[in-house]
Amino acid sequence: MKISISAVIAIAFGGLVLAGYFIDVPRLALIRDVFLQYASILLGVALLVGLVNLFSVHWHKVTSSEKNYAYSTILLVAFVITILVAGFFGPTASWSLWIFEFIQVPVETSLMAILVVVLTFASIRLVRRRMNLFTLVFLGTALIVLIGSAPLFGVELPLLHGPSGLRALIAQIPAVAGARGLLLGVALGTIATGLRVLMGVDRPYEG
Amino acid sequence: MNFSELLGVEIIGLVFVLVFLALIILFIVYERSQKLNPLRPIRAFDRLRREIGLAVEAGKRLHVSLGRGGITGLEGGSALVGLSTLDRIARTASISDRPPVATSGDGTLTLLSQNTARGVFTSIGLENQFEPSSGRLVGVTPFSYAAGTLPVIYDEQVAANILAGHFGSEVALITDAAERSGGMTLGGSDNLSAQAVLYAASDEPLIGEELYATGAYLKAGPAHNASVRAQDVFRWVLIAVILVGAALKFFGIL
Repeated sequence: MKISISAVIAIAFGGLVLAGYFIDVPRLALIRDVFLQYASILLGVALLVGLVNLFSVHWHKVTSSEKNYAYSTILLVAFVITILVAGFFGPTASWSLWIFEFIQVPVETSLMAILVVVLTFASIRLVRRRMNLFTLVFLGTALIVLIGSAPLFGVELPLLHGPSGLRALIAQIPAVAGARGLLLGVALGTIATGLRVLMGVDRPYEG
Repeated sequence: MNFSELLGVEIIGLVFVLVFLALIILFIVYERSQKLNPLRPIRAFDRLRREIGLAVEAGKRLHVSLGRGGITGLEGGSALVGLSTLDRIARTASISDRPPVATSGDGTLTLLSQNTARGVFTSIGLENQFEPSSGRLVGVTPFSYAAGTLPVIYDEQVAANILAGHFGSEVALITDAAERSGGMTLGGSDNLSAQAVLYAASDEPLIGEELYATGAYLKAGPAHNASVRAQDVFRWVLIAVILVGAALKFFGIL
């Protein structure tokens, strides 16, 4: 395995930051904090580069009249207006907040409303796509928790609602146990992935 | 005084990481000597390999959705898995007329996805085929990310969508678009809500740590296989610790 200079730098800096978390040496913690501050600055720059990428992709769509380029035109216009308003008046000025409150929030809320419908259809499609025991347990549990979340036509069923009802039982025991099991798996996977980067096996930073 | 107070949480953490690292190195050595059994088959990855082949034959595009998590937080692990998945898919599909496209909701991930794609093309001597637009920032909030991904799925002849990264429940909008456009979806996330949504809405969901095994199943190298085996060992150790702890608590010792 060939080790490049960028890999050596990434491994060395990653190792120092990791050591800063585990070894109680003030100087090491200071180095870790400095590196993390640098990382924050780089993240900000990366976001700017990403925004340029977003603009250029949609600009290309408009100039080459690709399919549905009208949406890209709307995006570019909104992009420029937002940058100008926030850049000129400041991000906390009334005009900037107006854009946020009366355009972005309603649009995202509408998408959230659509999400409810999409999820309902996804549940129905699940029966068609993968009909097995796990699907039945998944849908049955979702239905019980959903019905048990609020009184049924104003009536609370003792077996379903309340602190000792079926809903609470599912939410407090099997759901928590399952969630913890999944999170342990995710944590182990995250450690393994991080160690592969520290070992120089995964190098997404090398172009 | 309990165990962690006696030794210090930091020391336990350091020992945990070092043992994990030692296990990975040990399994790499074993992987190279080919003394280990193959990994258990996972249907999602078999189907992904088939879909990559079909997409290349049909001249269609593969879409890798890297999510909207950065690489500095807890969600960085799933984002890095997404990037190594992109690397494997780009290599496998490099003979295609239409290279894979990666969408992300974080500037760093966008740059890394472009780097990954460039690296693949450079390594196979096709640098001139690299397109900077193969790695795109599509939106930085959960719903703007989902909304920005939809045109890629609808307009760019995508045959299969691989969702590997940090998502929330908004991932359902992406899977719905994939379903409508007739593309296959394979998805995994570090977020529990997204995992539940992907179980219901994607063709091939990856549950829990299955996402982190993607590299191993796409033949990314012995280190990927070794890290999956190290995870398995630690999973059994954790199960034993939980069971022993529960038993000690039950008998009033702990």
